[in-house]
Amino acid sequence: MTEKALEMLRLLEKNAAYSNALLADLLDISIDEVKNIRQTLEDQAVILGYQTLIDWTKVLNTELVTAMIEVKVTPTRGKGFDQVAERIYRFKEVKALYLMSGSYDLSITIEAQSMMEISRFVSDKLSPLDSVMSTVTHFILKKYKHDGVIFNQEEDQDPRMMVTP
Amino acid sequence: MSERFIAEHIKTLKPSGIRRFFDLAQSMEGVISLGVGEPDFTTPWSVIEASYHSLERGFTAYTPNAGLPQLRRSIAKFLSARFSVDYDSKDEIIVTVGASQAIDIAFRSILNPGDEVIVMEPSFVSYVPTITLAGGVPVIVDTHEHNQFKLSKDALEQAITKKTKAVLICSPNNPTGAVLDKEDLEGISDVIKAHDLLVISDEIYADLIYDEAYTSIASLEGMKERTLLVSGFSKAFAMTGWRLGYVCGPEGLISQMLKIHQYTIMSAPTMAQYGAIEALENGLGEVAYMKESYKQRRNYVVKALTRMGLSCHTPGGAFYVFPSVKSTGLTSAEFAERLLMEEKVAVVPGSVFGESGEGYIRCSYAASMKQLTEAMVRIEQFVNKLKAKA
Repeated sequence: MTEKALEMLRLLEKNAAYSNALLADLLDISIDEVKNIRQTLEDQAVILGYQTLIDWTKVLNTELVTAMIEVKVTPTRGKGFDQVAERIYRFKEVKALYLMSGSYDLSITIEAQSMMEISRFVSDKLSPLDSVMSTVTHFILKKYKHDGVIFNQEEDQDPRMMVTP
Repeated sequence: MSERFIAEHIKTLKPSGIRRFFDLAQSMEGVISLGVGEPDFTTPWSVIEASYHSLERGFTAYTPNAGLPQLRRSIAKFLSARFSVDYDSKDEIIVTVGASQAIDIAFRSILNPGDEVIVMEPSFVSYVPTITLAGGVPVIVDTHEHNQFKLSKDALEQAITKKTKAVLICSPNNPTGAVLDKEDLEGISDVIKAHDLLVISDEIYADLIYDEAYTSIASLEGMKERTLLVSGFSKAFAMTGWRLGYVCGPEGLISQMLKIHQYTIMSAPTMAQYGAIEALENGLGEVAYMKESYKQRRNYVVKALTRMGLSCHTPGGAFYVFPSVKSTGLTSAEFAERLLMEEKVAVVPGSVFGESGEGYIRCSYAASMKQLTEAMVRIEQFVNKLKAKA
Protein backbone atom coordinates (compact mmCIF):
# COMPACT_ATOMS: atom_id res chain seq x y z
CA MET A 1 0.00 0.00 0.00
CA THR A 2 1.32 3.44 -0.87
CA GLU A 3 2.20 6.09 1.70
CA LYS A 4 -0.58 8.32 0.32
CA ALA A 5 -3.16 5.53 0.73
CA LEU A 6 -2.09 5.00 4.32
CA GLU A 7 -2.26 8.72 5.00
CA MET A 8 -5.72 8.87 3.43
CA LEU A 9 -6.90 6.00 5.65
CA ARG A 10 -5.64 7.81 8.75
CA LEU A 11 -7.54 10.94 7.70
CA LEU A 12 -10.76 9.07 6.91
CA GLU A 13 -10.59 7.11 10.13
CA LYS A 14 -10.71 10.45 11.98
CA ASN A 15 -13.27 12.07 9.74
CA ALA A 16 -15.21 10.09 7.14
CA ALA A 17 -16.94 13.26 5.99
CA TYR A 18 -13.86 14.67 4.23
CA SER A 19 -14.73 15.32 0.59
CA ASN A 20 -12.55 14.06 -2.24
CA ALA A 21 -11.60 17.65 -3.08
CA LEU A 22 -10.45 18.40 0.45
CA LEU A 23 -8.58 15.08 0.66
CA ALA A 24 -6.82 15.95 -2.58
CA ASP A 25 -5.61 19.24 -1.09
CA LEU A 26 -4.58 17.70 2.21
CA LEU A 27 -2.66 14.87 0.55
CA ASP A 28 -1.26 17.05 -2.23
CA ILE A 29 -2.58 14.78 -5.01
CA SER A 30 -5.29 15.17 -7.67
CA ILE A 31 -8.97 14.49 -7.07
CA ASP A 32 -8.81 11.62 -9.58
CA GLU A 33 -6.00 10.03 -7.60
CA VAL A 34 -8.10 10.33 -4.44
CA LYS A 35 -11.04 8.67 -6.20
CA ASN A 36 -8.79 5.87 -7.46
CA ILE A 37 -7.26 5.21 -4.08
CA ARG A 38 -10.69 5.29 -2.44
CA GLN A 39 -12.10 2.87 -5.03
CA THR A 40 -9.21 0.45 -4.58
CA LEU A 41 -9.50 0.54 -0.80
CA GLU A 42 -13.24 -0.09 -1.04
CA ASP A 43 -12.77 -2.90 -3.55
CA GLN A 44 -10.21 -4.55 -1.32
CA ALA A 45 -12.62 -4.15 1.61
CA VAL A 46 -9.97 -2.19 3.48
CA ILE A 47 -12.59 0.52 3.82
CA LEU A 48 -15.64 -1.39 5.04
CA GLY A 49 -18.01 1.50 5.43
CA TYR A 50 -18.49 5.09 6.55
CA GLN A 51 -20.31 5.54 9.83
CA THR A 52 -21.26 8.50 11.95
CA LEU A 53 -20.47 8.67 15.64
CA ILE A 54 -23.62 9.83 17.42
CA ASP A 55 -24.20 10.74 21.03
CA TRP A 56 -27.69 9.25 21.34
CA THR A 57 -28.08 10.50 24.90
CA LYS A 58 -28.60 13.97 23.45
CA VAL A 59 -31.47 12.78 21.27
CA LEU A 60 -34.78 12.61 23.15
CA ASN A 61 -36.52 9.24 23.58
CA THR A 62 -33.91 7.33 21.67
CA GLU A 63 -31.59 6.38 24.50
CA LEU A 64 -30.20 2.92 24.02
CA VAL A 65 -28.96 0.48 26.61
CA THR A 66 -25.55 -0.98 26.00
CA ALA A 67 -24.11 -4.02 27.73
CA MET A 68 -20.88 -5.93 27.52
CA ILE A 69 -21.26 -9.66 28.01
CA GLU A 70 -18.42 -11.97 28.96
CA VAL A 71 -19.06 -15.45 27.59
CA LYS A 72 -17.33 -18.74 28.33
CA VAL A 73 -17.82 -21.25 25.54
CA THR A 74 -16.73 -24.75 24.55
CA PRO A 75 -14.88 -24.61 21.26
CA THR A 76 -16.09 -26.94 18.48
CA ARG A 77 -13.77 -29.69 17.23
CA GLY A 78 -12.15 -28.57 13.99
CA LYS A 79 -13.76 -25.13 14.06
CA GLY A 80 -12.39 -23.69 17.30
CA PHE A 81 -14.31 -20.64 18.43
CA ASP A 82 -15.30 -19.50 14.95
CA GLN A 83 -18.49 -21.51 14.68
CA VAL A 84 -20.00 -20.32 17.94
CA ALA A 85 -18.77 -16.80 17.21
CA GLU A 86 -20.68 -16.79 13.96
CA ARG A 87 -23.84 -18.01 15.71
CA ILE A 88 -23.53 -14.97 17.96
CA TYR A 89 -22.38 -12.17 15.66
CA ARG A 90 -25.22 -12.80 13.20
CA PHE A 91 -27.71 -11.37 15.73
CA LYS A 92 -28.45 -7.80 14.62
CA GLU A 93 -28.27 -6.44 18.17
CA VAL A 94 -24.67 -7.61 18.60
CA LYS A 95 -22.55 -4.55 17.84
CA ALA A 96 -19.14 -6.07 18.46
CA LEU A 97 -17.71 -9.48 19.18
CA TYR A 98 -14.14 -10.29 20.15
CA LEU A 99 -12.29 -13.46 21.08
CA MET A 100 -10.37 -12.67 24.25
CA SER A 101 -7.39 -13.97 26.13
CA GLY A 102 -7.86 -14.38 29.89
CA SER A 103 -10.62 -15.68 32.09
CA TYR A 104 -13.41 -15.76 29.50
CA ASP A 105 -13.54 -16.42 25.76
CA LEU A 106 -15.87 -14.07 23.93
CA SER A 107 -16.69 -10.44 24.61
CA ILE A 108 -19.99 -9.21 23.19
CA THR A 109 -21.12 -5.61 22.96
CA ILE A 110 -24.84 -5.43 22.59
CA GLU A 111 -27.22 -2.54 22.15
CA ALA A 112 -30.98 -2.58 22.76
CA GLN A 113 -33.93 -0.36 23.66
CA SER A 114 -34.17 -1.56 27.25
CA MET A 115 -32.51 -3.68 29.93
CA MET A 116 -35.35 -6.15 29.52
CA GLU A 117 -34.54 -6.62 25.91
CA ILE A 118 -30.92 -7.37 26.70
CA SER A 119 -31.80 -9.79 29.46
CA ARG A 120 -34.18 -11.54 27.05
CA PHE A 121 -31.34 -11.79 24.54
CA VAL A 122 -29.12 -13.41 27.14
CA SER A 123 -31.73 -15.85 28.46
CA ASP A 124 -33.50 -16.72 25.23
CA LYS A 125 -30.79 -16.57 22.60
CA LEU A 126 -27.31 -16.59 24.02
CA SER A 127 -27.41 -18.95 27.01
CA PRO A 128 -29.33 -21.73 25.24
CA LEU A 129 -26.57 -22.13 22.64
CA ASP A 130 -24.96 -25.55 23.18
CA SER A 131 -21.42 -24.20 23.34
CA VAL A 132 -22.17 -21.41 25.78
CA MET A 133 -21.16 -22.43 29.31
CA SER A 134 -21.73 -19.18 31.20
CA THR A 135 -22.36 -15.47 30.76
CA VAL A 136 -21.71 -12.35 32.83
CA THR A 137 -23.54 -9.20 31.73
CA HIS A 138 -22.22 -5.70 32.47
CA PHE A 139 -24.38 -2.70 31.65
CA ILE A 140 -22.66 0.48 30.52
CA LEU A 141 -23.67 3.36 32.76
CA LYS A 142 -21.97 6.23 30.98
CA LYS A 143 -19.84 6.64 27.88
CA TYR A 144 -16.85 8.88 28.40
CA LYS A 145 -14.95 8.06 25.26
CA HIS A 146 -15.77 5.90 22.25
CA ASP A 147 -13.57 5.13 19.25
CA GLY A 148 -11.10 7.81 20.30
CA VAL A 149 -13.72 10.52 20.68
CA ILE A 150 -14.42 12.07 24.07
CA PHE A 151 -18.13 12.52 24.77
CA ASN A 152 -19.58 15.61 26.38
CA GLN A 153 -16.41 17.58 25.97
CA GLU A 154 -16.74 21.21 26.94
CA GLU A 155 -17.40 23.51 24.02
CA ASP A 156 -14.22 23.87 21.95
CA GLN A 157 -12.53 26.74 23.70
CA ASP A 158 -9.27 27.91 22.25
CA PRO A 159 -7.21 29.05 25.23
CA ARG A 160 -4.67 30.76 23.00
CA MET A 161 -4.44 34.51 22.57
CA MET A 162 -5.70 35.89 19.26
CA VAL A 163 -2.36 37.01 17.90
CA THR A 164 1.08 35.96 19.10
CA PRO A 165 4.49 36.34 17.48
CA MET B 1 5.99 59.57 37.40
CA SER B 2 9.34 61.10 36.67
CA GLU B 3 10.70 60.52 33.16
CA ARG B 4 14.17 60.05 34.58
CA PHE B 5 13.11 56.69 36.03
CA ILE B 6 13.30 55.11 32.59
CA ALA B 7 16.60 54.11 31.00
CA GLU B 8 17.31 55.89 27.73
CA HIS B 9 17.92 52.74 25.72
CA ILE B 10 14.55 51.35 26.84
CA LYS B 11 12.71 54.52 25.91
CA THR B 12 13.92 54.16 22.36
CA LEU B 13 13.02 50.46 22.16
CA LYS B 14 9.96 50.14 19.92
CA PRO B 15 7.05 48.00 21.15
CA SER B 16 6.33 45.02 18.89
CA GLY B 17 4.21 45.87 15.84
CA ILE B 18 2.15 42.81 16.62
CA ARG B 19 0.81 44.43 19.76
CA ARG B 20 -1.54 46.94 18.14
CA PHE B 21 -2.97 44.21 15.99
CA PHE B 22 -3.44 41.97 18.99
CA ASP B 23 -5.46 44.63 20.82
CA LEU B 24 -7.69 45.13 17.80
CA ALA B 25 -8.36 41.40 17.26
CA GLN B 26 -8.90 40.76 20.94
CA SER B 27 -11.65 43.39 21.12
CA MET B 28 -13.77 41.68 18.44
CA GLU B 29 -16.20 38.76 18.53
CA GLY B 30 -16.46 35.85 16.12
CA VAL B 31 -12.93 36.19 14.82
CA ILE B 32 -11.13 33.18 13.33
CA SER B 33 -7.50 33.65 14.16
CA LEU B 34 -4.70 32.53 11.89
CA GLY B 35 -2.50 34.91 13.82
CA VAL B 36 -1.35 32.54 16.49
CA GLY B 37 2.30 31.54 16.68
CA GLU B 38 1.73 28.39 18.69
CA PRO B 39 0.25 24.90 18.18
CA ASP B 40 -3.50 24.36 18.37
CA PHE B 41 -2.87 20.99 20.02
CA THR B 42 -2.66 20.75 23.77
CA THR B 43 0.42 19.20 25.35
CA PRO B 44 0.44 15.37 25.10
CA TRP B 45 -1.40 13.96 28.09
CA SER B 46 1.49 11.77 29.23
CA VAL B 47 3.62 14.91 29.60
CA ILE B 48 0.97 16.65 31.67
CA GLU B 49 0.56 13.50 33.75
CA ALA B 50 4.31 13.19 34.35
CA SER B 51 4.39 16.78 35.53
CA TYR B 52 1.44 16.15 37.90
CA HIS B 53 3.24 13.14 39.23
CA SER B 54 6.40 15.13 39.94
CA LEU B 55 4.31 17.62 41.93
CA GLU B 56 2.60 14.83 43.86
CA ARG B 57 5.97 13.46 44.83
CA GLY B 58 6.90 16.89 46.10
CA PHE B 59 9.57 17.68 43.51
CA THR B 60 9.07 21.38 43.91
CA ALA B 61 12.58 22.58 44.74
CA TYR B 62 15.14 24.32 42.51
CA THR B 63 17.01 22.12 40.09
CA PRO B 64 20.71 22.50 39.27
CA ASN B 65 21.29 25.76 37.34
CA ALA B 66 21.80 24.00 34.03
CA GLY B 67 18.68 21.85 34.53
CA LEU B 68 17.91 18.34 35.79
CA PRO B 69 20.78 16.01 34.82
CA GLN B 70 18.25 13.45 33.58
CA LEU B 71 16.63 16.03 31.31
CA ARG B 72 20.00 17.14 29.93
CA ARG B 73 20.88 13.52 29.23
CA SER B 74 17.55 13.08 27.43
CA ILE B 75 18.18 16.21 25.37
CA ALA B 76 21.67 14.98 24.42
CA LYS B 77 20.29 11.58 23.43
CA PHE B 78 17.47 13.15 21.42
CA LEU B 79 19.75 15.53 19.49
CA SER B 80 22.22 12.78 18.77
CA ALA B 81 19.60 10.35 17.48
CA ARG B 82 17.59 12.91 15.57
CA PHE B 83 20.09 15.37 14.13
CA SER B 84 23.48 13.65 14.58
CA VAL B 85 24.86 16.33 16.88
CA ASP B 86 26.59 15.14 20.03
CA TYR B 87 26.67 17.25 23.16
CA ASP B 88 28.00 16.37 26.60
CA SER B 89 25.04 16.65 28.96
CA LYS B 90 27.40 17.60 31.81
CA ASP B 91 28.74 20.89 30.51
CA GLU B 92 27.45 21.64 27.03
CA ILE B 93 23.69 22.12 27.66
CA ILE B 94 21.65 24.65 29.65
CA VAL B 95 17.91 24.21 30.14
CA THR B 96 16.34 27.65 29.78
CA VAL B 97 13.04 29.45 30.19
CA GLY B 98 11.97 29.03 26.58
CA ALA B 99 14.24 29.35 23.58
CA SER B 100 13.84 33.11 24.02
CA GLN B 101 15.90 33.13 27.21
CA ALA B 102 18.54 31.01 25.51
CA ILE B 103 18.85 33.61 22.76
CA ASP B 104 18.99 36.40 25.34
CA ILE B 105 21.82 34.89 27.37
CA ALA B 106 23.62 33.95 24.18
CA PHE B 107 23.79 37.56 23.00
CA ARG B 108 24.54 38.92 26.43
CA SER B 109 27.46 36.49 26.69
CA ILE B 110 29.06 37.21 23.34
CA LEU B 111 28.47 40.88 22.51
CA ASN B 112 30.74 43.77 23.34
CA PRO B 113 29.17 47.19 22.75
CA GLY B 114 29.03 47.82 19.01
CA ASP B 115 29.54 44.21 17.93
CA GLU B 116 27.41 43.36 14.93
CA VAL B 117 25.07 40.41 14.55
CA ILE B 118 23.70 39.46 11.15
CA VAL B 119 20.01 38.58 11.20
CA MET B 120 17.97 37.27 8.29
CA GLU B 121 14.60 38.93 7.81
CA PRO B 122 11.63 38.49 7.70
CA SER B 123 12.20 36.95 11.11
CA PHE B 124 10.80 36.45 14.58
CA VAL B 125 10.10 39.81 16.22
CA SER B 126 12.37 39.33 19.24
CA TYR B 127 15.76 38.87 17.60
CA VAL B 128 16.55 42.50 16.82
CA PRO B 129 15.47 43.94 20.20
CA THR B 130 17.33 41.16 22.04
CA ILE B 131 20.54 42.03 20.18
CA THR B 132 20.01 45.73 20.84
CA LEU B 133 19.35 45.16 24.54
CA ALA B 134 22.61 43.22 24.77
CA GLY B 135 24.48 46.23 23.37
CA GLY B 136 24.95 44.75 19.92
CA VAL B 137 24.10 46.14 16.52
CA PRO B 138 21.71 44.10 14.37
CA VAL B 139 22.61 44.00 10.69
CA ILE B 140 19.69 42.90 8.54
CA VAL B 141 20.03 40.64 5.52
CA ASP B 142 16.77 40.47 3.60
CA THR B 143 15.49 37.22 2.17
CA HIS B 144 13.10 37.04 -0.77
CA GLU B 145 10.23 35.01 -2.12
CA HIS B 146 12.00 34.28 -5.43
CA ASN B 147 14.71 32.57 -3.36
CA GLN B 148 12.19 30.75 -1.10
CA PHE B 149 13.14 33.22 1.68
CA LYS B 150 16.49 31.49 2.15
CA LEU B 151 19.58 33.22 3.43
CA SER B 152 22.09 33.18 0.57
CA LYS B 153 25.78 32.93 1.29
CA ASP B 154 26.50 35.85 -1.05
CA ALA B 155 24.12 38.17 0.77
CA LEU B 156 25.66 36.99 4.02
CA GLU B 157 29.19 37.62 2.77
CA GLN B 158 28.28 41.17 1.75
CA ALA B 159 26.87 42.01 5.17
CA ILE B 160 30.05 41.07 7.03
CA THR B 161 32.24 43.85 8.40
CA LYS B 162 35.18 43.92 10.80
CA LYS B 163 32.69 44.28 13.65
CA THR B 164 30.64 41.21 12.77
CA LYS B 165 30.61 38.77 15.64
CA ALA B 166 27.80 36.36 14.94
CA VAL B 167 25.08 35.27 12.55
CA LEU B 168 21.60 34.32 13.69
CA ILE B 169 19.73 31.81 11.57
CA CYS B 170 16.33 30.25 12.08
CA SER B 171 15.34 27.23 10.02
CA PRO B 172 12.50 26.42 9.60
CA ASN B 173 11.75 30.10 9.81
CA ASN B 174 9.01 32.05 11.49
CA PRO B 175 7.22 33.75 9.62
CA THR B 176 8.19 32.41 6.18
CA GLY B 177 8.42 28.66 6.88
CA ALA B 178 11.65 28.65 4.83
CA VAL B 179 14.02 25.76 5.40
CA LEU B 180 17.77 25.91 4.87
CA ASP B 181 18.78 22.54 3.46
CA LYS B 182 22.17 20.89 3.83
CA GLU B 183 23.58 22.57 0.74
CA ASP B 184 22.42 26.03 1.85
CA LEU B 185 23.92 25.46 5.27
CA GLU B 186 27.23 24.27 3.85
CA GLY B 187 27.52 27.50 1.86
CA ILE B 188 26.68 29.57 4.92
CA SER B 189 29.12 27.57 7.08
CA ASP B 190 31.98 28.23 4.65
CA VAL B 191 31.44 31.98 5.01
CA ILE B 192 31.08 31.73 8.77
CA LYS B 193 34.28 29.73 9.13
CA ALA B 194 36.23 31.97 6.75
CA HIS B 195 35.40 35.02 8.86
CA ASP B 196 35.71 33.28 12.23
CA LEU B 197 32.13 33.99 13.24
CA LEU B 198 29.78 32.35 15.69
CA VAL B 199 26.36 31.13 14.61
CA ILE B 200 23.27 31.14 16.77
CA SER B 201 20.95 28.60 15.24
CA ASP B 202 17.36 28.84 16.39
CA GLU B 203 16.05 25.31 15.73
CA ILE B 204 12.77 25.55 17.62
CA TYR B 205 10.83 24.31 14.55
CA ALA B 206 13.35 21.60 13.57
CA ASP B 207 10.92 18.76 14.23
CA LEU B 208 8.21 20.36 12.14
CA ILE B 209 9.75 19.88 8.72
CA TYR B 210 7.74 18.26 5.95
CA ASP B 211 9.62 17.53 2.77
CA GLU B 212 13.15 16.44 3.66
CA ALA B 213 15.34 15.38 6.54
CA TYR B 214 16.45 18.17 8.85
CA THR B 215 20.06 19.28 8.91
CA SER B 216 21.42 21.16 11.90
CA ILE B 217 24.27 23.51 11.07
CA ALA B 218 26.01 22.19 14.21
CA SER B 219 26.32 18.79 12.53
CA LEU B 220 28.46 20.15 9.69
CA GLU B 221 32.23 19.76 9.63
CA GLY B 222 33.99 22.20 11.94
CA MET B 223 30.79 23.96 12.98
CA LYS B 224 30.01 22.54 16.41
CA GLU B 225 32.73 24.64 18.07
CA ARG B 226 31.22 27.83 16.62
CA THR B 227 27.51 27.09 16.98
CA LEU B 228 25.00 27.74 19.72
CA LEU B 229 22.11 25.43 19.00
CA VAL B 230 18.92 26.86 20.49
CA SER B 231 15.75 24.83 20.70
CA GLY B 232 12.94 23.92 23.05
CA PHE B 233 9.71 22.12 23.69
CA SER B 234 7.19 24.80 22.72
CA LYS B 235 6.45 24.01 19.10
CA ALA B 236 7.02 20.31 18.38
CA PHE B 237 5.64 19.11 21.72
CA ALA B 238 2.94 21.80 21.94
CA MET B 239 4.34 23.09 25.23
CA THR B 240 4.45 26.87 24.69
CA GLY B 241 3.06 27.79 28.10
CA TRP B 242 5.53 25.56 29.93
CA ARG B 243 8.32 27.98 28.97
CA LEU B 244 11.06 25.43 28.48
CA GLY B 245 13.92 25.57 26.02
CA TYR B 246 17.60 24.76 25.87
CA VAL B 247 20.86 25.85 24.40
CA CYS B 248 23.80 23.64 23.47
CA GLY B 249 27.29 24.74 22.57
CA PRO B 250 31.00 24.56 23.30
CA GLU B 251 31.74 24.16 27.01
CA GLY B 252 33.80 27.38 27.15
CA LEU B 253 30.85 29.46 26.00
CA ILE B 254 28.13 27.52 27.82
CA SER B 255 29.94 28.00 31.14
CA GLN B 256 29.96 31.78 30.58
CA MET B 257 26.27 31.79 29.67
CA LEU B 258 25.53 29.73 32.75
CA LYS B 259 26.78 32.63 34.92
CA ILE B 260 24.06 34.94 33.58
CA HIS B 261 21.50 32.16 33.85
CA GLN B 262 22.38 31.36 37.45
CA TYR B 263 22.30 34.98 38.60
CA THR B 264 19.11 35.98 36.80
CA ILE B 265 16.95 32.83 36.55
CA MET B 266 18.52 30.26 38.91
CA SER B 267 16.87 27.36 37.12
CA ALA B 268 14.00 26.67 34.75
CA PRO B 269 10.68 25.63 36.33
CA THR B 270 11.02 22.20 37.94
CA MET B 271 7.62 20.73 37.08
CA ALA B 272 8.10 21.73 33.46
CA GLN B 273 11.46 19.95 33.40
CA TYR B 274 9.89 16.71 34.63
CA GLY B 275 7.24 17.03 31.93
CA ALA B 276 9.94 17.59 29.32
CA ILE B 277 11.74 14.36 30.26
CA GLU B 278 8.53 12.46 29.51
CA ALA B 279 8.11 14.41 26.26
CA LEU B 280 11.53 13.30 25.01
CA GLU B 281 11.29 9.74 26.28
CA ASN B 282 7.72 8.89 25.21
CA GLY B 283 6.28 11.85 23.31
CA LEU B 284 7.74 11.38 19.85
CA GLY B 285 4.75 9.39 18.60
CA GLU B 286 2.52 12.38 19.33
CA VAL B 287 5.01 14.67 17.60
CA ALA B 288 4.79 12.49 14.49
CA TYR B 289 1.01 12.65 14.60
CA MET B 290 0.95 16.44 14.96
CA LYS B 291 3.54 16.82 12.22
CA GLU B 292 1.47 14.82 9.74
CA SER B 293 -1.53 16.94 10.54
CA TYR B 294 0.43 20.21 10.06
CA LYS B 295 1.77 18.96 6.77
CA GLN B 296 -1.72 18.17 5.47
CA ARG B 297 -3.00 21.55 6.56
CA ARG B 298 -0.04 23.25 4.91
CA ASN B 299 -0.84 21.48 1.64
CA TYR B 300 -4.45 22.60 1.91
CA VAL B 301 -3.75 26.24 2.82
CA VAL B 302 -1.09 26.73 0.13
CA LYS B 303 -3.47 25.35 -2.48
CA ALA B 304 -6.45 27.37 -1.25
CA LEU B 305 -4.49 30.64 -1.20
CA THR B 306 -2.94 30.00 -4.61
CA ARG B 307 -6.39 29.28 -6.08
CA MET B 308 -7.68 32.65 -4.89
CA GLY B 309 -4.74 34.38 -6.53
CA LEU B 310 -2.43 35.04 -3.59
CA SER B 311 0.98 33.74 -4.63
CA CYS B 312 2.40 31.56 -1.93
CA HIS B 313 5.70 29.68 -1.81
CA THR B 314 5.41 26.23 -0.26
CA PRO B 315 7.02 26.47 3.15
CA GLY B 316 9.14 23.46 4.08
CA GLY B 317 8.53 23.68 7.81
CA ALA B 318 7.05 25.42 10.89
CA PHE B 319 3.30 26.13 10.74
CA TYR B 320 3.10 29.33 8.76
CA VAL B 321 2.45 30.25 5.18
CA PHE B 322 3.58 33.64 3.95
CA PRO B 323 1.51 34.59 0.90
CA SER B 324 2.06 37.76 -1.07
CA VAL B 325 -0.80 40.27 -1.05
CA LYS B 326 0.94 42.63 -3.48
CA SER B 327 -1.56 41.77 -6.24
CA THR B 328 -4.32 43.39 -4.17
CA GLY B 329 -2.55 46.76 -4.14
CA LEU B 330 -2.82 46.95 -0.36
CA THR B 331 0.05 47.11 2.11
CA SER B 332 0.32 44.16 4.49
CA ALA B 333 -1.03 46.24 7.36
CA GLU B 334 -3.98 47.49 5.29
CA PHE B 335 -4.76 43.99 4.07
CA ALA B 336 -4.60 42.49 7.55
CA GLU B 337 -6.63 45.25 9.15
CA ARG B 338 -9.36 45.27 6.52
CA LEU B 339 -9.53 41.46 6.49
CA LEU B 340 -10.05 41.57 10.24
CA MET B 341 -12.69 44.32 10.16
CA GLU B 342 -14.57 43.10 7.07
CA GLU B 343 -14.31 39.30 7.27
CA LYS B 344 -13.19 38.70 10.85
CA VAL B 345 -10.07 36.72 10.07
CA ALA B 346 -6.91 37.64 11.96
CA VAL B 347 -3.57 37.26 10.19
CA VAL B 348 -0.32 39.06 10.94
CA PRO B 349 1.01 41.73 8.56
CA GLY B 350 4.39 40.63 7.19
CA SER B 351 5.84 44.06 7.89
CA VAL B 352 6.04 43.38 11.63
CA PHE B 353 8.72 40.77 10.84
CA GLY B 354 10.96 43.30 9.11
CA GLU B 355 10.82 45.63 6.12
CA SER B 356 11.25 42.79 3.65
CA GLY B 357 8.03 41.29 5.01
CA GLU B 358 6.07 44.18 3.51
CA GLY B 359 3.64 42.92 0.89
CA TYR B 360 3.10 39.62 2.68
CA ILE B 361 0.92 38.30 5.46
CA ARG B 362 1.62 35.48 7.88
CA CYS B 363 -1.15 32.89 8.19
CA SER B 364 -0.66 30.25 10.84
CA TYR B 365 -2.19 26.90 10.02
CA ALA B 366 -2.01 25.78 13.62
CA ALA B 367 -5.80 25.85 13.64
CA SER B 368 -8.46 23.15 13.26
CA MET B 369 -9.58 22.12 9.76
CA LYS B 370 -12.98 23.58 10.59
CA GLN B 371 -11.42 26.96 11.33
CA LEU B 372 -9.07 26.76 8.36
CA THR B 373 -11.73 25.93 5.80
CA GLU B 374 -13.98 28.72 7.09
CA ALA B 375 -11.03 31.18 7.14
CA MET B 376 -10.19 30.32 3.52
CA VAL B 377 -13.80 30.99 2.48
CA ARG B 378 -13.69 34.37 4.20
CA ILE B 379 -10.29 35.35 2.78
CA GLU B 380 -11.46 34.42 -0.69
CA GLN B 381 -14.57 36.59 -0.29
CA PHE B 382 -12.36 39.46 0.77
CA VAL B 383 -9.92 39.01 -2.11
CA ASN B 384 -12.79 38.76 -4.62
CA LYS B 385 -14.30 41.95 -3.24
CA LEU B 386 -10.97 43.72 -3.73
CA LYS B 387 -10.69 42.36 -7.28
CA ALA B 388 -14.25 43.48 -8.12
CA LYS B 389 -13.44 47.03 -7.05
CA ALA B 390 -10.16 47.16 -8.93
